[in-house]
Amino acid sequence: MTMTNHTEKMDSVSVVIDGIEMEVPKGTLVIRAAEQIGIEIPRFCDHPLLVPVANCRACLIEIDGVPKPQPACAQVLSEGMNVRTQRSSEMARVAQEGVMEFLLANHPLDCAICDKGGECPLQNQAMSAGRSESRFDGEKRTFPKPINVNAEVLLDRERCVSCARCTRFADEIAGDASLELLERGAQQQVGTANDEPFDSYFSGNVVQICPVGALTSASYRFRSRPFDLVSVPTTCEHCASGCSLRTDHRRGAVTRRLAWDDPEVNEEWSCDKGRFAFAYLASGRIESPLIRENGELRSASWPEAMHFAAAGLAAAAGSTAVLVGGRATSEDAYAYSKFARVVLGSDNIDFRARATSNEEAEFLAAYVAGKQLEITYGDVESASQIVLVGCEPEDESPILFLRLRKGVKKGVLVHTVGPLYSLGSEKLSAHWIKAKAGSEAQVLGGLDSELVNALDSTSIIFVGERAATSPGSLSAVSELGAKTGARIAWVPRRAGERGALEAGALAGLLPGGHPISDRTARAHVAQAWNVEADSLPSGGLAGTDLVTAIASGTFTAVLTAGIDPGDLPNGNELIAGIEGADFVVALENHHSEITQRASVVFPVAVVTEKSGSFMNWEGRSKPFSAAFREALTLSDAGVLSMLASAMGAQLSGDTRELGKELTALGSWTGSRTQVKPVAPNPAAGTTLATWRLLIDSGVLQEGEPHLAATARPSVVAINSAMFDQLDQPELITVTGPKGSITLPVHVCEVEDDSLWLPMNSPDSHIYAQLGCGYGEVVTVQGGAA
Amino acid sequence: MKLTPVITQHWDDPTLYTLDGYKSHGGYEALAKALNSDPDSIIALVKDSGLRGRGGAGFPTGLKWSFVPQNDGKPHYLVVNADESEPGACKDIPIMMANPHALVEGVIITSFAIRANHAFIYIRGEVPAAIRKVAYAVKQAREAGLIGKNIQGSGFDLEVTVHSGAGAYICGEETALLDSLEGFRGQPRLKPPFPAIAGLYSSPTVINNVETIANIPYIIDRGVEWFRQFGTEKSPGFKVFAVSGHVQRPGIYEAPLGITMRELLDYAGGMRPGAELKFWIPGGSSVPMLTADHLDLPLTYEAMAEAGTMLGTGTPMVFDQTVSVVKAVTRWLEFYKHESCGKCTPCREGTYWITGVLEKFEHGHGTENEMETLTTLCGQIAGRSFCALGDAAATPYPAAMKYFSHEFTAATHTSADEQFDPIASYVFSGARA
Repeated sequence: MTMTNHTEKMDSVSVVIDGIEMEVPKGTLVIRAAEQIGIEIPRFCDHPLLVPVANCRACLIEIDGVPKPQPACAQVLSEGMNVRTQRSSEMARVAQEGVMEFLLANHPLDCAICDKGGECPLQNQAMSAGRSESRFDGEKRTFPKPINVNAEVLLDRERCVSCARCTRFADEIAGDASLELLERGAQQQVGTANDEPFDSYFSGNVVQICPVGALTSASYRFRSRPFDLVSVPTTCEHCASGCSLRTDHRRGAVTRRLAWDDPEVNEEWSCDKGRFAFAYLASGRIESPLIRENGELRSASWPEAMHFAAAGLAAAAGSTAVLVGGRATSEDAYAYSKFARVVLGSDNIDFRARATSNEEAEFLAAYVAGKQLEITYGDVESASQIVLVGCEPEDESPILFLRLRKGVKKGVLVHTVGPLYSLGSEKLSAHWIKAKAGSEAQVLGGLDSELVNALDSTSIIFVGERAATSPGSLSAVSELGAKTGARIAWVPRRAGERGALEAGALAGLLPGGHPISDRTARAHVAQAWNVEADSLPSGGLAGTDLVTAIASGTFTAVLTAGIDPGDLPNGNELIAGIEGADFVVALENHHSEITQRASVVFPVAVVTEKSGSFMNWEGRSKPFSAAFREALTLSDAGVLSMLASAMGAQLSGDTRELGKELTALGSWTGSRTQVKPVAPNPAAGTTLATWRLLIDSGVLQEGEPHLAATARPSVVAINSAMFDQLDQPELITVTGPKGSITLPVHVCEVEDDSLWLPMNSPDSHIYAQLGCGYGEVVTVQGGAA
Repeated sequence: MKLTPVITQHWDDPTLYTLDGYKSHGGYEALAKALNSDPDSIIALVKDSGLRGRGGAGFPTGLKWSFVPQNDGKPHYLVVNADESEPGACKDIPIMMANPHALVEGVIITSFAIRANHAFIYIRGEVPAAIRKVAYAVKQAREAGLIGKNIQGSGFDLEVTVHSGAGAYICGEETALLDSLEGFRGQPRLKPPFPAIAGLYSSPTVINNVETIANIPYIIDRGVEWFRQFGTEKSPGFKVFAVSGHVQRPGIYEAPLGITMRELLDYAGGMRPGAELKFWIPGGSSVPMLTADHLDLPLTYEAMAEAGTMLGTGTPMVFDQTVSVVKAVTRWLEFYKHESCGKCTPCREGTYWITGVLEKFEHGHGTENEMETLTTLCGQIAGRSFCALGDAAATPYPAAMKYFSHEFTAATHTSADEQFDPIASYVFSGARA
């Protein structure tokens, strides 16, 4: 007891703020301690996640024994310190008022036409800490307005108070230090060198942290007043990072999205895709159920469509394939999982609408399913070594990227295994373990002994979903983990994949990672589902096998949800299979290649119209409620519930109930089958490296041209040796089995015999144009084809 | 009080700037002495000498050196602040031009004492002549084995880099200077950490003024007692005073600290014919002005502080009755507005605002209210800005108001040029056409 008290004493200091005695941890800043007792000190440059700079001087306070007022945002409290804020010190009050008066001298005071008006720290603090009238009657500093710092972010320089939050965010957090303060004195202004755009996936954050209306977004500027908005906490649907967002809407339309505070996940940041890509929610939606009649889709009433679909699916009992795209909420995915097993009597289900492998399915069952929060964002900061395999966090899990950067600043060492030393790797100061696309397994097997010895239980291996496209790499990772004690985390790209895995939307796996092949596991789930254990189907197909089976007409019916065949390497096969299937039910919110061929189409809710949860890569469930509670659209689960009753079965369509059921099922604690070793099989010749850029041609990004304009350009990345060998061309043509792609060349650090192309960006749609994928052999030539 | 030429003693020798010239007057003998002694004893000796920084703040030099942690495994750096840019200050540049080897020898000794193997001399970019002289001195010293590996067999290695500034007054602020030297935009850094702990490249760094460093060889060579015979207990030694303005012989006068302005004025030949002293500034525009009433005060750190001003750079500027105080203050504030780095609000916005109001006074359009406003605005900068340069910008107006408020009152209806014929204040005789 005494010991504990002693340690506590060592780590805290006793201070007095405005006469209130308090104990705070050593190193606490005055401004943070004051917040804890409800004293708000004005501030502009201060941001809890940025390094203190104390340049705005708005937070000056008095410290007993110190003659000059000190900045509360940079002043560390020490034992016995007696602090007086504006509430008890005339010196502090006058100092704050003086700074506020200076800040307003050159500020245009155009609140009436400023987007920030109504939620502006400058406006609010001018009211609380400023004078009622300005004594400044000189000429205010003006600038031409606005200027674009990039396509999405606009800057009105005359409103800027030079707090440098934006430039510090760019440098400290995002690592995109191109946003800087330029010029000096009253001419000091935010800008970029040579008017180059502020190239960052995180640029929207500077709009959010700007304490005045200087930085605004093209998508929200002049759209609305903050006090007219309804704000709802939501979870981002774009990737598996699991960011908390705030969705603001007005008159039934989303006007903007902000990063919301989740210290354990996204802290206070979001990527530009999460922030700006929401136009798809409102446009091009399927509005009513559709059924196919005489080869044409026509609108139908819900009862008619329901009856039609139920009959079709009932006729295909036991012979239905279910494809759930990776964007379903955990609850919806669970509804599909249960619907497939209980109502359709089929284990032929998969959520992975992308390149997959059986090795991956085994890996997921062995290492991921039913294991939640074993590795967290917090662990990223304290890990000793981190190895990235088939994972490009800046593009594929941007918030993980930010946390990795934070870790790197604390001394975490990042190694990246892959064919390209990307911009993201550079920003992580990563150590590059060169691996030609497709040879990852081989490289992992022959890792430097120094690195292998450095890996221990404080190390994390992050495996991206793309590892599935490099044969043997997942089994090599498993082996490396087993050998060194390094922990393994799987980072899918889509928001719903981790939850769908947990929900059992994968052949062979019941919810919570319960293996369908295990008698105990089956019995457990069957009991919860109130069915006979033996009635649960097993031996279902998944991944490529499932698509091939659909194409070969193995199934009578297909049920799809959120599937774009273009995301699959064998998308054409799938389209042909859908075309040939007897009966196809599609649950979608936008038309696709599938709905065009479906027998019946049900419109379903988008994220703003339903509640649910997404599970992020950590296995953290991030629930959200509907932004539009009055929405009449049904969630996927709601439609499946109606279908089930039309087919004479029982399935809840209530999100909360489904969530409870899923939680009650628990996680499988029994033995797991290990990943069967898969021999590396790297192809000879030049192989293709590719991944999806964060901002690309993804369908959820449609309708937001400003965001699209911030995308990285489509280029072919090659190394200088290949560049010279091709005679230094400006354009490069890459040819695969299906065709060619010609794009400008970008010379950077690429492994020999490798080249990189964006997977799904303008003019670079790998599957559709080349007809091959990651690690496969392509031919390359200089110039246009 | 007699003049005591030490740094300036042989300035009449045109070869002094060369290695041979410097050596012919006993140059680099102090270095040999220093290299044969213990670095800590040099720090102790400089501490005992009581030498205070000559850049303006007057911080005890030996004490500053002793803050550098030893045996910390980090590289140490010496940075010489040769960015002399203060309006009215002109003493480091003459030292660098006439006696650059005194600086270089001081750099080597200081580096040896603080265990720095790399020293930087950051020279104001606008004075290429001084940069050339110092660069030449460094080159000669290197060729003579006084800089480089194993200096004179002592085992001590030193590299010296001469760096040219790019025209920002703020880079004379020591932490802004470090940022500039590192290749960043010159803006002051948040302290702590102080440079002695985390300065250049986050390593322990000593930053000293040119004159301070140029003192070192003489102190090492001649000893503490010799040094302390000049000056006062709290301001020991001598100082290179640079007298400018409406005097007969503006220039450099090296004298013991404690000499009075009246004596310095005499050395400078007194006021120009027919002129009487109106006000003077002890050391650069950043320190408050004084009047004829203060001519008998000793020019020491402590006496100047007592009089409500500072010794500053020790470069008195003398103004006679032809000068409009309103105009002088306006010019200074225009300088501070132009040179404000923009980092902190009070200096950035305050200098912009104050200058605008002062310009109204200059043209006879000020108001009584605005005199009050200016006073409070200066109060809103002083002590609240990020670095001392903001404080500096807030000094001229209150000091002027202390002695010459009537001129501001007059400037509410009569312009400065109507009050004072500007041509009459021109320094050069015969300027009136």
